[in-house]
Amino acid sequence: MSRRTTQRMVIRTPEGVEFGLILAGPVSRFLAWLVDSACLAFAAFVLSALVSALMPFQSDLMAGLFAVTLYALFTGYRIAAEWFLRGQTIGKRLLRLRVIDAQGLRLGFSQIVVRNLLRFVDALPLLYFVGGVLTILSKRSQRLGDLAANTVVVREETFATPNLERTLPGKFNSLKHYPHLAARLRQRVSPEAAKLALHALQRRDSLSPEARVSLFAELADYFKSLMPFPEEATLGVSDENYLRNVVDVVFSERTHAAPPT
Amino acid sequence: MIIDLERFITEERPRWNELERFLDRLANEAAYRFNMATARRFHYLYQRASSDLVKLGTYGAEPELLQYLESLVARAYGEIHETRKRPHQLRIWHWLRHVAPQTFRRHAAAFYLSFGITMLGCLLGSVFVIHPEAKRTLLPYAHLQIDPAERIEQERELYERANEEGFDPLAGRKARGTAFYIINNTRVSYVTMALGITWGLGTVAVLFGNGVLLGAVCMDYVRAGEGVFLAGWLFPHGATEIPAILIAGQAGFVLARALIGWATRDPLRERMRAIGPDLVTLVGCVTLLLVWAGFVEAYLSQYHFVVPFWIKIGFGATELVLLFLYLFYSGRTEKPTETGPAGASGAP
Repeated sequence: MSRRTTQRMVIRTPEGVEFGLILAGPVSRFLAWLVDSACLAFAAFVLSALVSALMPFQSDLMAGLFAVTLYALFTGYRIAAEWFLRGQTIGKRLLRLRVIDAQGLRLGFSQIVVRNLLRFVDALPLLYFVGGVLTILSKRSQRLGDLAANTVVVREETFATPNLERTLPGKFNSLKHYPHLAARLRQRVSPEAAKLALHALQRRDSLSPEARVSLFAELADYFKSLMPFPEEATLGVSDENYLRNVVDVVFSERTHAAPPT
Repeated sequence: MIIDLERFITEERPRWNELERFLDRLANEAAYRFNMATARRFHYLYQRASSDLVKLGTYGAEPELLQYLESLVARAYGEIHETRKRPHQLRIWHWLRHVAPQTFRRHAAAFYLSFGITMLGCLLGSVFVIHPEAKRTLLPYAHLQIDPAERIEQERELYERANEEGFDPLAGRKARGTAFYIINNTRVSYVTMALGITWGLGTVAVLFGNGVLLGAVCMDYVRAGEGVFLAGWLFPHGATEIPAILIAGQAGFVLARALIGWATRDPLRERMRAIGPDLVTLVGCVTLLLVWAGFVEAYLSQYHFVVPFWIKIGFGATELVLLFLYLFYSGRTEKPTETGPAGASGAP
């Protein structure tokens, strides 16, 4: 039903449709944990200030309530957050991570409780050593809690429309003279390669001159091998311009086709 | 192959938007249910979006658009193929009366195993504690290291003085004590359950260690001729605290069994999926029992010479009988609750 490429889990539905989910790595998960821990520390600070103010009236009761509330907060915060925020805590939301069912199904309450109770073991001996090591070693970046609850943590994609106006400033595109070849090129370019070409163009000014020439030569060679165009279309066109033309062919017809976010 | 991509997307986008609205509604409104017509429409939109994803994927379309459609199909897939019941409201009474005891009985063998390991620990603890050297190792707490008769004498003097001078020996400590007992016991129980992931070895170790400690304390007091004091001290809260830890061990063994895959050919993830709700039920049961035990321990068990021993022992015995009746007989008339994907109604 599902297979994994590098940091990516692909689920194949019974209808034969594949969709990919990018798995969160140990570093982003640790950062999310740090953010959540900071939130919990802040909540504990506020709570203790509140209790200190009320302590003179009922010191025993207040101390007892404080201890139990703090414990419930530290144990239950992630459970409550992941349930009400549909697989996210504050840290995960900031880092654009989400807990989902490992088979792409709806995340159940029991899965959330089990994965969070298993933290008691994942956190052993300290600072999530067991969980961290397993996240690195496991095929789906799962800690023990994820394995027991059948969950994975994925990175949420953003759907920003690429700023093609700035990247492709309306220059002549010789490849567009061959619409049938341009269509074939669009068909052959993988989403990853298209994105790579776009990013290379967007970041070209931050590259050193040597790196820029070398990178665009390599990318141009790759795209030329994917779909060869007649010599008239490429004669005198630099590698960078060739790549610009490729990105134009792949993306610009879809500027109106931006995802309806 | 798509000839006119822009036209294709313009035509399909309203359907993607409609599917997205359905999904948002399902996610945000727990009580929302489809009727037959909307279910058919939802299924149609899902199939159409899946088909669009395949077409656009073949075409090598813009990555952002593909990712958007992938996420849409992924969300719809989760709703279409989910077969577990959607929890729509918390039915506390039903859970207490039927779900919790039925779940306990469904995994009774794991409870008996938990009980047996603890008893084995008790037995060994009670034998080893006879040796003074072993006592120092087995009972690492200061108030347990001293001779039971000596400790009881100290307690008696304290309570006599409190009676004469009119103060409460536990004043200012009861709420703190309750919090301490609840936190400490629930933490131990959660760890006992969670250690089931070590194929049950960690659970066995914790239960056995608890048993050794319990057996050693009991034998130490019985040998000192203070059995009544011991019963009055431990029974009121122990009647719920010890079963709670045994149930935590039971949950650990349920987890371990699913991990090992004993007596089933289901794949690991199916086994884990099936036991999830039962684990949560058992952990809920443990938590309730330990909250109760925390109050009883702080407000009753630790008052040694105020409440007569026979009342404390009677209270503990009543709790134990009621707990036994509850776990083994409650909810028997109700159709057993189903767990896991099997038998659950289709969603949405």
